[in-house]
Amino acid sequence: MGAIRLEKVKKTFGTLDVIPGVDLEINDGEFVVFVGPSGCGKSTLLRLIAGLEDVTDGKIKINGVDVANEAPAKRGLSMVFQSYALYPHMTVFNNIAFGLKMAGESKDVINDKVNNAAKILNLTDYLDRRPGALSGGQRQRVAIGRAIVRNPAAFLFDEPLSNLDAALRVNMRLEITGLHQELKTTMIYVTHDQVEAMTMADKIVVLQAGRVEQVGKPMDLYSKPANKFVAGFIGSPKMNFLGGTQAAKYDCHEIGVRPEHLVVSTEQGEIPATVKIAEHLGAETYLHVNSDEFGPMTVRATGEMPLSGNDKIFLTPEQDRIHRFDANGLALGHPLNA
Amino acid sequence: MEKKQTPLSYLSFSAFAWVVGLLIFFPIFWMVLTSFKTELEAVSIPPSFISFDWTLENYAEVQERSNYFKFAMNSVILAVGSTLVGLVFAVTCAWAMAFNPTKRTKDALLWMLSTKMMPPVGVLVPIYLVFRDWGLLDTRFGLIMVLFLMNLPIMVWMLYTYFKEIPTDILEAARMDGATLPKEIIFVLLPMALPGIASTMLLNVILAWNEAFWTLNLTTSDAAPLTAFIASYSSPEGLFWAKLSAASTLAVAPILVIGWFSQKQLVRGLTFGAVK
Amino acid sequence: MSTRASTLTGRIMSAPSIIVLFLWMAVPLGMTIYFSFLRYNLLAPGTEEWIGTLNYEFFLTDPAFFASLANTLILVGSVLVITIVGGILLGLMLDQPIFGRGILRLLVIAPFFIMPTVNALVWKNLLMDPVSGMFAWLASLLGLPAIDWFTNAPLTSIIIMVAWQWLPFAVLILLTALQSLDRDQKEAAQMDGAGPLSIFFYITLPHLSRAITVVVLIETIFLLTVFAEIFVTTGGGPGLATTNIAFLVYTQALLQFDVGGASAGGIVAVILANIVAIFLIRLIGKNLDK
Repeated sequence: MGAIRLEKVKKTFGTLDVIPGVDLEINDGEFVVFVGPSGCGKSTLLRLIAGLEDVTDGKIKINGVDVANEAPAKRGLSMVFQSYALYPHMTVFNNIAFGLKMAGESKDVINDKVNNAAKILNLTDYLDRRPGALSGGQRQRVAIGRAIVRNPAAFLFDEPLSNLDAALRVNMRLEITGLHQELKTTMIYVTHDQVEAMTMADKIVVLQAGRVEQVGKPMDLYSKPANKFVAGFIGSPKMNFLGGTQAAKYDCHEIGVRPEHLVVSTEQGEIPATVKIAEHLGAETYLHVNSDEFGPMTVRATGEMPLSGNDKIFLTPEQDRIHRFDANGLALGHPLNA
Repeated sequence: MEKKQTPLSYLSFSAFAWVVGLLIFFPIFWMVLTSFKTELEAVSIPPSFISFDWTLENYAEVQERSNYFKFAMNSVILAVGSTLVGLVFAVTCAWAMAFNPTKRTKDALLWMLSTKMMPPVGVLVPIYLVFRDWGLLDTRFGLIMVLFLMNLPIMVWMLYTYFKEIPTDILEAARMDGATLPKEIIFVLLPMALPGIASTMLLNVILAWNEAFWTLNLTTSDAAPLTAFIASYSSPEGLFWAKLSAASTLAVAPILVIGWFSQKQLVRGLTFGAVK
Repeated sequence: MSTRASTLTGRIMSAPSIIVLFLWMAVPLGMTIYFSFLRYNLLAPGTEEWIGTLNYEFFLTDPAFFASLANTLILVGSVLVITIVGGILLGLMLDQPIFGRGILRLLVIAPFFIMPTVNALVWKNLLMDPVSGMFAWLASLLGLPAIDWFTNAPLTSIIIMVAWQWLPFAVLILLTALQSLDRDQKEAAQMDGAGPLSIFFYITLPHLSRAITVVVLIETIFLLTVFAEIFVTTGGGPGLATTNIAFLVYTQALLQFDVGGASAGGIVAVILANIVAIFLIRLIGKNLDK
């Protein structure tokens, strides 16, 4: 059981407002991802929830109880660190058991719980090893095991996959998602990688400069970004932003078009452009093009496309997929819906 | 400068290097050798290298005549005592500075360092007078305090640089795991910092053992360690070279062993982390 | 980055060390400054009186002060040159593949662990004695007259002893610095056509500059107060030939019992040391920010 509620949570370091005031509701069993560029305060927010930092002001309620002034251990949360933070002088077994020992559990209970966690995480054969003798993925699992055995109200993950190589990262991503489906415990997951956010989250919280820019389901953020920042941050490659004649056509300050929502033609279209670089991936083709009016743009076309540098092409935004923004970068309603 | 080495150049360079090394080491070698000679052979010209009557009588006489073990005991008590007292202060202080730094931590560290820059003669007079008035002259307690205080900045600094290398994450993980502060220090920090703590202790023992300003100025007999004992051989009637060598060998041997073990860590300790 | 509770604990736990060090250094220093303005002789108790800067005037105009200042500077300067140059050469040597390098390194480092009083007596008697010393014998082998080191070249003798003791310190630190030099850098320079000498001057030496600075500063601080070596060999003599500032202060305080004058000398020594210390502390402070 773990519903977490932040009320006007503030954090200042000296005169610097790192978190100027955040309200957030996290439901029991939800997988919530905090995402944003580095330095946006997402890790600080997580550490505030964990109790590793004091809040300057505001309330952190876990299941309705304000824990803002409680020690970390009293909050019933467990955390998986970016560096794994395993105890290098203890075996895997003792690493996982440490929290239980601190809680004064009996030997039998500790044995049961550790072995159980080890089974879930495929660590049974490694219980006697030290962390130094494990691969990155295994260390990650030990760190997760350490978190599981304490039966926490919620799991906190601080960029847990950023130290793994690309292939392993995809694997662990699936494992963590699977774990969540199995345990159904609240999870808060911090990452700067929007792909992780999109694939894992029930709910994404996009942060910038300590401010919550938007909260929502992954596909809502993709299709209805609240502002230019979210629009640019979610989705890869990044959304193209066009002003000038295109913006005028839709009666706004700027429009945004995702690379996958541009129709490519070699004969006709709204925006003439020159191909600079074409990246052929087989299933899709990325075109980095330059338009006289709008400068560099990115296009993502499905399938193979026989284009290369210096080819002249024409691009046309799909009308019902464009996003309109006002001068402050806030999203306006869609012209067709408005 | 790494050229491909031929076996010949490797060997000749090795030979050259060994000659240089042995020359540097020679005074120590000669001291040890002399300690096994009779007094007569010790001053004979030309000096004898191997063909003399090896004897252990100097070692026996050093103890009989001058109560060597009393001085050695003092050295051990002063070195170990000041190290242990220092450790209690330095571990807590370095822990606080490494893991709970405040805005003034850096200033505090540099200030500690600056106390080490103070030449001892600058405070010799008042310390001497205070020791005289408080009856601390020639007491082990007084000297332990002096040596502890003299080396405290180095201990704090060394431990600080070791603690700094321990990822904060791990201590935070322990906190999340429900460890209280004492448990966090005992079960997580100390085991991880053990090598660093050990080498800090060794360096401190070396420095305290060899300290020869305060030990010469603040002791006469009761608390006098080996530095003072050896210094007593400087008087003309003490010119028994073989016995001097035997006493010196005994005085130097334990520290040489410790020093050899901790040579790597020494660099860090003596340069305050500026060279690693 | 921590919580209020842990910051408070941090303050409480660092306080004892800071307080005892403050008592140990600042209070006696204050007393020394105070004494330095008094007429204060232990042989004439009860006659203490405020005499302003008179002690300083006496100390600074005393020919012994200039002699000892000169001796101090010569001692520090010579030992620095010997240990730095020797340290670089030995460091480079020990950085090469050598048969039994580990053991060889131990031999070279050993002098640093020798007690200063032992160091002084072994050199004075076993090696430098004009009659039975090793050097006298070596000289006679070459047909040269024996040198009476401590009579004819007393300061040089002290310099040799102290340099022998501190050479390993320089070697140890410079070798550590050498070993942290990136092999790739050297290889890149070789690809660029640099010979061994150019590599030394353009790559190795600049890389060592920081370590050399550290060696210079730290040695200076210790060498300014060389004491035991002088105490057990020459006793500052003959005349004032081997009296440095530290030893001069010692004779004034504990042999002539002139507390006031010794205190003034002590303060002068502190000021000299601080000139060096400022540079060292700045250097280390910068390192701390990383």
